[in-house]
Parts: sequence; C-alpha cells; structure tokens
Amino acid sequence: MAERLVIIGAGMATGRLLDHLVAECPGAFDITLFNAEPRGTYNRLMLSPVLAGELSYDEIITHDAGWYTRHGVICRFGERVARIDPARRVVFGEQGEVPYDKLVIATGSSPFILPLPGHDLPGVIAYRDLEDTEEMIRLAAKPQGRAVIIGGGLLGLEAAAGMAARGTHVTVVHLNDHLMDRQLDGPAAALLQEALEARGIEVICGANSKEIIAGDDGRVRALLLEDGRMLYCDLLVMAVGIRPSIALARECGIETGRGILVDDRMRTTAPGVFALGECVEHDGAVFGLVAPLFDQARVLAQTLRDLPATFVNKDVSTKLKVTGCDLFSAGDFREAEGRECITYSDPQAAIYKRLVIEGGRLVGAVMYGDTDDGGWFFNLIRDGADISAMRDTLIFGPAYQDAPEAPALEVMA
Amino acid sequence: MKAPQSCAIRSTCPYCGVGCGVLLSPDREGGLDVRGDKSHPANFGRLCSKGTALGETVSLDGRLLAPRVHGEETDWDSALDLVARRFSETIAAHGPDSVAFYVSGQLLTEDYYVANKLMKGFIGSANIDTNSRLCMASTVAGHKRAFGTDTVPGTYEDLDEADLIVLTGSNLAWCHPVLYQRILATRKKRPEQKLVVIDPRRTASCDLADLHLPVKPGSDVALFNGLLAEIARRGLIDATFATNVSGLEEAIASARADDLSVTGLSDDTLSEFYDLWCTTEKVVTIFSQGVNQSSSGTDKVNAITNCHLATGRIGRPGLGPFSVTGQPNAMGGREVGGLANMLACHLDIENVDHRKAVGDFWSAPVMPEQAGLKAVDMFRAVGEGRIKALWVLHTNPAVSMPDADKVREAIAGCEFVVVSDITGATDTARLAHVLLPATGWGEKSGTVTNSDRIISRQRIVLPAPGEARPDWWQLAEVGRLMGYGAAFDYESPAEIFREYAALSGIAGGFGKDFDISGLKDLTDAEYDALEPTRWPVSDGKQGGRFFADGRFFTPDGKGRMLPVSWKPPVAKLEPRYPFRLNTGRVRDQWHTMTRTARAPRLNAHLGEPFIEIHPDDAAAKGIGPTALVEITSPHGKAILRAMITDRIAPGEIFAPMHWTGENAPAARIDALVAPVIDPVSGQPESKASVAGIAPFAAAWYGFAISQTPVKANTEYWALAKTHAGYRMELAGREAPEDWVAEARGLFDLPAADVQTMLDPAKGTARIAFHKDGALQAALFVSRQPVAVMRDYLTHLPGQEAPMVLSGKSPADQPDPGPVLCSCFNVGVNTILSAIETRGLMTVEAIGEALQAGTNCGSCRPEIAALIERVQAQEAAE
Repeated sequence: MAERLVIIGAGMATGRLLDHLVAECPGAFDITLFNAEPRGTYNRLMLSPVLAGELSYDEIITHDAGWYTRHGVICRFGERVARIDPARRVVFGEQGEVPYDKLVIATGSSPFILPLPGHDLPGVIAYRDLEDTEEMIRLAAKPQGRAVIIGGGLLGLEAAAGMAARGTHVTVVHLNDHLMDRQLDGPAAALLQEALEARGIEVICGANSKEIIAGDDGRVRALLLEDGRMLYCDLLVMAVGIRPSIALARECGIETGRGILVDDRMRTTAPGVFALGECVEHDGAVFGLVAPLFDQARVLAQTLRDLPATFVNKDVSTKLKVTGCDLFSAGDFREAEGRECITYSDPQAAIYKRLVIEGGRLVGAVMYGDTDDGGWFFNLIRDGADISAMRDTLIFGPAYQDAPEAPALEVMA
Repeated sequence: MKAPQSCAIRSTCPYCGVGCGVLLSPDREGGLDVRGDKSHPANFGRLCSKGTALGETVSLDGRLLAPRVHGEETDWDSALDLVARRFSETIAAHGPDSVAFYVSGQLLTEDYYVANKLMKGFIGSANIDTNSRLCMASTVAGHKRAFGTDTVPGTYEDLDEADLIVLTGSNLAWCHPVLYQRILATRKKRPEQKLVVIDPRRTASCDLADLHLPVKPGSDVALFNGLLAEIARRGLIDATFATNVSGLEEAIASARADDLSVTGLSDDTLSEFYDLWCTTEKVVTIFSQGVNQSSSGTDKVNAITNCHLATGRIGRPGLGPFSVTGQPNAMGGREVGGLANMLACHLDIENVDHRKAVGDFWSAPVMPEQAGLKAVDMFRAVGEGRIKALWVLHTNPAVSMPDADKVREAIAGCEFVVVSDITGATDTARLAHVLLPATGWGEKSGTVTNSDRIISRQRIVLPAPGEARPDWWQLAEVGRLMGYGAAFDYESPAEIFREYAALSGIAGGFGKDFDISGLKDLTDAEYDALEPTRWPVSDGKQGGRFFADGRFFTPDGKGRMLPVSWKPPVAKLEPRYPFRLNTGRVRDQWHTMTRTARAPRLNAHLGEPFIEIHPDDAAAKGIGPTALVEITSPHGKAILRAMITDRIAPGEIFAPMHWTGENAPAARIDALVAPVIDPVSGQPESKASVAGIAPFAAAWYGFAISQTPVKANTEYWALAKTHAGYRMELAGREAPEDWVAEARGLFDLPAADVQTMLDPAKGTARIAFHKDGALQAALFVSRQPVAVMRDYLTHLPGQEAPMVLSGKSPADQPDPGPVLCSCFNVGVNTILSAIETRGLMTVEAIGEALQAGTNCGSCRPEIAALIERVQAQEAAE
C-alpha cells in the first residue's frame, strides 16, 4: 500500500522533488500538495523576463494542472496550512486535516518587509511571486507611472530593469554605498550603476528610508528618506532580502535556527518530517539559489524511499543579466580571514572581475561586462582546484592558461 | 632591406678598432642604409651586429642641437667666448697645468690633432689624455719598451696565414666580431689552423676553440713566462734573430723563476698549450683589454712580446704579437699624440729635440717638458681642485672611469666643465657648465686608424643637425679666441691632415716609424678620395710589416726582452670582498651606450645589465636564477641581474661595463672598480677588483613597457629602447601603497585610460594605460621576478592591446623569445622551434631556414649552443 506523503509548498524545489518521485517510484506515494499561492510550480527565476515582457506566464509554468492529474497528486492550492501535529502525523489545512506517513515542509522563504511607517499601505509590495509581477506590469500601463524600489540587490535591480523596460520611471534606493554590495565591490557596482542610469533608472545609494507616505487615495504616494528627500511613486517595491519561512515548523516544535534544521538526508528533528528548499538550514547554511535546492530534492527523493543519499552543500554560480549588463557570480564572497582577492578592472570596456582565493583555491568569482569564462571559474570553485601555479594569469581565463609558461626573465648570452 | 644606392658613400664604422669599411646611403626618413664595403681591406664587406644596426642610431632623438650654458640654450659665440675666457683666466691665475682636456677614441685624427696642438703647443700643458688610456695604454707602453715605438708589427692578413691563433684577454667573438669571423672563415678553408683562448671566462670566443685556458685573473705574465722558459728549455731561441734583441738572458731568468701554479691551470693544459705554441711557427698572439686593463698590463704585453722576440716570430706573414684596439680611432689617437705622455707622431715629450722640432713646426709659444696627467691622476687632480677647468670631448668618464662615483663627484665639483657631445643625456654631460653640440659619426669628415695601421676616411653622409659643429672647429675656435689665431686658422679637415702629415715627416726625420709625409701634399679632392692606406707612407716606406728585419726603434736599435715577473692584482680578496670582479663588454653594446642604446635590435640581445656568477657561488649565497644581486666593493655598490653560469669560475664574477645613470643607475659597475693603475702605463686595473655579493632584498620586481622613455624612482631600474618604444626592468626594497598611482607617476600619464589587475595579497599588480584604444604603457609588478612574455609585450605599445595585462601572447601568436640574431631579428624561441620541430641540427641549416647567423655571424656560437642544449635534452629523455 502506498505511503501517504504530504508536501507543504509548491515552489521549484517541490517541483523537482515530484519529478524525481514520479520518475523513480511511480505510485509509491499518495501525494497531497498544499500551496498558499493559488497555483502549482512555475519557474520563479523567470519572473524577470515576464516582468520585462520577454516571456508570458504560461511559458514559465513547469507543472500545470494536467501534470498533477496525470500523476495523481492531490492539489490543495490557495489553501494555507494552519498547523502540524507531528505526534499524530496530521497536517491541518484551512479546509480540514490531512494525515500523513511522511511530511515534507517546503514553505520557501518570504520577502523581508522593512517595518517603516506605512509599510502596509496598498501599493507597497515585494518582488516574490506572480501577483507582485503582475502589479508591476499593470503600473506600466499608467502614463508617467513612477516606482521606487528599496534594495539595490539582484532582485531589486531585476525589478527595476523590468519596469524601466516597460516605460515606468524607476528609482532604486539602496542603503549601502554601492549596488549589489554582497556580490560586487565599488568599481563593479559603479559600472553597473552607470549602465542602469544609461537605461533611465535613477539610483540613490547610501539612502536611508524613513517613512512611506500615503496619498489621498490611501495608496502609497511617496518614500521619504532620512535626508528629507521625497521620492514620489505609484508603487513601492521592497527588495531587501528574504527569510526562510519557518513559523509552521517552529510552532510544532521542530528545531529551527535561521531555517528549519535538517541533516544530510533532509530529515528534521521530528520523525517522518522532512524539509526542503529555501526554508531549510543545513550545516549552518541557508539557501537562495536554485542549484542546491535541486540537489536537496534529489537527496530527499531517496530519503523518502529509505534509500541512502547525502546532501552536500556545494558552491554554486549564477550568471545574471540585468538589462544587458552581463554579471556572473559564483561561490562565496564573504570577506574573511585568510581570503584574498584578485581584481581586474577596465573601465573603458566596462569590464570588471573579482576572484576570491582561500588557501590557494578559488572560492568565489564575480564578473561584470565579460562573463564568458564564468563556467570555467565555476568549475574551478566546484572542483576546489589548486590555482596557485596559474594565479597571475587566472583572472584572464582559460585562453591564457594553456599558452606555454611565460619564462621568468631569462638573462641569456 | 632596400637595395644599396649606386651613390653610396664609403666611410668607416665608428665602433671597435677593426675599422670596417661601410657603404652608406641615406634613406628618405632620416635613417641610413648601411652595408659592408667589400673593397675595404679590414672587413671585405663583412659587418657585425653593431655595424649592421648603425642606421638605427642616427635619429635626432635626444640629440644636442644647440650650445647650452648652465642649462640654457645659447649661441656659439657666447658659449665659445665663455669657454675661451674661463680657460684663459684659469691659466693666467693658476698656470697651464690647472686645465685639462679629456678626449676620446671617438675623435677623428684631425680633431685629436687640434686638441693636442692647443693643449701641448699653446696652453703649454700636457694635461690631455684620452679614454684610450682605459683601453690600450699598457700596449702602448709595452710596445715602446719592446720595440722602441708604439707599433703593431703585423696586419690582418696574418690571421689568414697563421697556423695557430692565440686569443689572450680578448673575447674577439663579441668585441671584434669581424676579425673573429675572419678566423672562422680561415679555419673552414684550413681546418688545421688552431685556435687557443686564454680567458678566465669561457666566452663566446671559446665555443669553437681547440683549447681554452681558464687562467686565474691577472696570471698572464706567469703563463707567458712559462712559455718563454719552455721555449728556452726546448732550445727554440732564434739565435740569428736574437742578435737583434737585448735582455734575452735576464728575461729567461725571470721567466724561469715564476711559479706557474698561480695560473690555476693543470700541468696537462699548460703542456698542451706550450707544445702547440712551440711546435707551430706561424703563431699570432692577439691580445686586448684582458691584458691591458691590469696593474701589470705592460708586463703582460712584454711577457707576450718576449716570446715572439725570442723565437723571431715577428713581422713576417702569419705570425707576431697583435694588439687589437677597442675604439675606431684609438690608434689614430696614439699616433697623433692624444695621450698625456706622447707628443705627436710617436715623438716624445721628454726628448728635448723632439720637443723643439714640434714646437718650431707649430710656432708654439710654450711646450710642456713633462708628461701630463694620465686619466686616473687627472680626475684625482680634478677632485682635489688642482684642475679647475676641464673640457671633455665625446666620452663619459663619470661612468667609464674606475671609482666612477668619485670621478662623478670630482667633475661635479670642478669649477668649470665643458662637454662636447652629440647628446646632453649622459652622466658626464649632465655635470657640464657648458655643453657644446658636436657633429656625430655620419656628419663628420676626417680619418681614423684601425688596429692594423690602416688609415681610412670617415665621410659626411648626413647634414649636421641644428647648430652641431665638428670638434676640430670647436677646438680651433677656442684656440683663436684664446689668442692663437694663426695656428688655428683651419678651414677643413683636409688642411689639418696635411699639416699632420707634414709633421710626421719631421718624426720620420728623427728615425721614427710613424711617417705619413707621403700624404702631406694631398689636394682636398685627393684627401676626399683617399683609399684605405696602411702607414707608413713616405718616400722610404709604404705599409707592410715591422721588425722582421731586426731593426727596432730603441736607442740601440735592438728589440728588447723585458725581465718580468708575475704580480697579483693590487686589490686583495678579503672576507668582506671574497670575489674577483671582472668587467667587460657584451656583443651588441658599445661603451656607455650613447649610440648602441638607440638601436632597438641591439638592446634585444642583452637588454639588461647582469652579473655572471658560478652556480656554486650563487647557491652558497642564496641567489636564484634571475634574482637581483647587490654587489659591493670598497669603492661602491651596484645592483645587477644574476646570470648564473659555469662560464665563469667559482670565486669570480663578471659584469658588463656599458650601463649608465641614463639607463640603469644601479649598474654603474665602474663605481666598484678600484682606481688602481699599472705603474708604467697608467692604465686602470678594470678586470680584477674585489667585491662581495648578496641577494638584493627586493620587496617587489617590475617589468614595464612604454611608448616614451621612462626614469624610475626606485633602487633598481634598467631601461632599453625597443622597436615600439621602451622596456624596463625595475625592483625596489619597499612596495608603494597604491600601484595605480605609482604607475601613473612613473609613465607620467595623468589622463590616460587605465586598466588594472591587482592581487594585493600576492603582491601582484598589473597596470596598463591606453589612449584612443592604443596601448601607451604597462607595468607588471610581482614579489618574484616578473614572469611575462617580455619579447611579445615589447611589441605592443602603440597598438590595440586589450589583453596586455595577461602578460602572454594569445595562442595564435607565438612568442619569438629574446633576440639572438640581431641582424635578422630572430628570437631564441623561433630557433628552438626550428630545431625541435624541423630537426635543423646545424648552424648552417638554421641559417638557411631562418637567416639567423648569416650576416655578421657573431650569434653563431650561441645558435650552436642552443642546438647542443636541445640535443642534450633529447639524449636525457
């Protein structure tokens, strides 16, 4: 008899988990899938192209209604889960309880909303789901529509670029001295800012938000900065980060830290309860990029079948494009004792690269303007290759490694 | 290369004493097409790498184009008035010996004649000495002691006919390449001709030698004394010739008393050499700076002449002692009286009759009765304030004199210094109160004498640029302004030459051998057309060899053998200075590089000053390959790149003498050389100083390329011109905080677009500057010697080079490597690739495929060494 499997959350990690289960053990589980969003899995990474008008929503759906039907997945979309009782092995949905043999918590993460006065006004949104995307798209229809985005990280800039591409006047407000300060340093960020400004996006760095001001209609009307500047807007997007959604797990006594604690097999501290995706914390790490989530899904599919598998958190890379600015980042960029940086800068060509080295190995890479060698750097990070011998030419990429070793000065006679 | 124009002008190469004839055709871009003159007896068309590159040296970059007084440009009248006035005032106040001229083997005979006449005949002092003092004064003294005259007995034809050629103290392959190639050509035709090289170092001249004797520095006297003793032991004394020779017994007795162990040579090696010498009648012993530049240089010369006199092997075809000189007109200077201890035309200052004859001929008001100050003493007198007005013509004593830092200080402290040169950018010219723009080699007319007594014309082929004037004119003008009008009323070099030739007739009248009175009536046209002519040229004699007839120019008419004994070099090794420091030349540079450094291809061979160290010594001192080495002596210090090689013996080090404050201020090697002289000749001991070595504690090393010349503000830098601009090696004890700012300052490019690669943790910084997409300059910095493809990078300035900071050529552009063949610009990697991939295993095959080594041939030993290296590698695999 099939085991009862309940999954809470239908994000991309869940989509991948289901793919594994239906491929590897069809019929092994009776699956019930809860999702707070009124839809199944789509490729959230592709929201930016949707926002920019390059793709339609339909094109980014990975699991449609037909797919769930075909594979016998019971979908409870749009229904929130109120509570879990791990002792009784029951999940309480808004529309009734569901018993399980095994439970997967894949509640993902939620955008962080700055607790500014006015943060709950209509027109203050995050950039997280299709609803947010659609609201941004709607603004483009408004003549002289203005948007303010708080947060000059990757998500905020993608929102900015997408809206700007649709003709909305966008201002990005960023707390730090430079954009994308977690991935870029000053020079790279300056290049990026220049490119964004060339596309009509206004960027204000070092800006402290003070208050969100309402208009006569009760909707958002402006953002007031600490320095007194008033930035008028019809829509305010907060893109200042995400936090693992752990409330459901925590409330039922499952151990959490920043995320839901899992072991190498994706098991939580509650028997029969597993966790997956952006909501988990593994070995101190939480996750925001898709590649490790897919690894987790693969491991969890094995664990659910009581097969051995181990999740190993490996460095990952992202190759990003913000309105034609090529960006690449891979690995870990935190400054730390024993970490060393190699930088390459060519402002005329709008190229910037930074490599982070630790113990003779490449641990992180960021590139702006020329990302062709990204894959090569990513492999070096992934393989933990010793780069000491090629350190002087490393940043110039693979084309400059196989040339014969440059002779040190050879005095000859 | 363009075809030579039919109207090519015949002239003479301005480098070494071989005196090669050249055919010169100006191109339309201010350069020159230079070919060897097939009709010139010194070279028969052959040229070395330096001569071949002469066309690259005549640009007006950095030329001095107007007189300057205290750094300000002025006109000739003002400048010369000041020179004449200051010299006259100084003489009036302090006497004639308070002034001095320091002149050069670069001067033409006519220039020399006027300088000598002004100083000795009219100022009334003999304080005129020439840089030939540093080059072959010991030969002059040795010749005079042995022959009673400073005369090279033989001719270059002797090299063709000899059965044994001995090179002692001469890296002929690099320093007189055309003669060396002449020997190699003979050996090809007559493989039985033997070549022996006596040199502490295994130089390029040894590569094809039958025997190399790695003598201990300064032991030549013992070596040749051993030979003389062996000659005597074998009964090889030429009894007939000995009747024309005095001092035989004493010389042999001295020879027998010497201890051969000081040579450091094994008995077998000594026997092999002695046997070869004793059993070969036709032996030419070529000697040069290794013999001359010694505190016992004159004795060394006589140890050699003793052997030739004892066996009568002198003055006949294919045999004799043969001095080769370092400068184009060192011989002319010797003949015309450019040395402080000579009068003119081989006449003697101390001889009252000679003095009177010359004085009368010149209508000279005063004649000095004693020799003047020789170079080392002259600059000591400058330093002590005894010489208060100094005129330096075409030489760079602030670099080339021993104890050079002290000499530089002395000149800097002199009350009045005049420098005539083609550039103001020399260590010496920068110290001048008055700088006089002189015409350069291609702009001058006159004569030079080479090492085998051939007088050749140097002809004007380029217009004098700016206000540049010939040296004879400058000297004559000052003579006129000092009130000696009639004596210096020259209109042309031809007029000076005729006067000189007439004076030599007086010398001939005293029985002197230097007599060219046969040329005293040349018309201007005949002078212009003068063919290369070996002296003497008189009613009685025409060219030929000397002394085979047993007639010498000593008071008793006999050749003299000298009892000489080995003496160690003056500077003593001590714990602080345990190394014997040798100095010398490299293949493609000449003197203080004021000319050769302008030719990019000549800088490609050895673009940086270096120090040869034996691998054992390097290991003991912790000096790695390509490290920088700090060399200290009791007199000064230098920083040079390590060249670790077993070509040099343990305990000895060698450094080139070319680099100056203009291109490598830390490499002024003569600053370390002791101002020790041969007591007879006054020639400094430039090849046997003592020194200590230690790794230079560089915090960083740099390599730079630039379109424009650069001077750095750091402990070590060496600059070289390239085809695309300049290249530079740098190093310092302390790394600056901000490399980008440092690089901007270094290249003086405040506004250029910058490109950077920085790895601060590893100490790596690479910074490039571009303008309108073209590379202006780039700096590569590392904590270790910088590993980049230098020879590829040096081509990039002025071009689009977006990937310059990689320091490597893209895969589709192979790096040619350091230039080996300067004539055809062929790099080491190109040759290695031809050896490895095309299996070219002979120098000839390489030449056929790549042209390398087919012009001057001076790189042929190095090509052979590369082939050997590959073969050795293959054998090892």
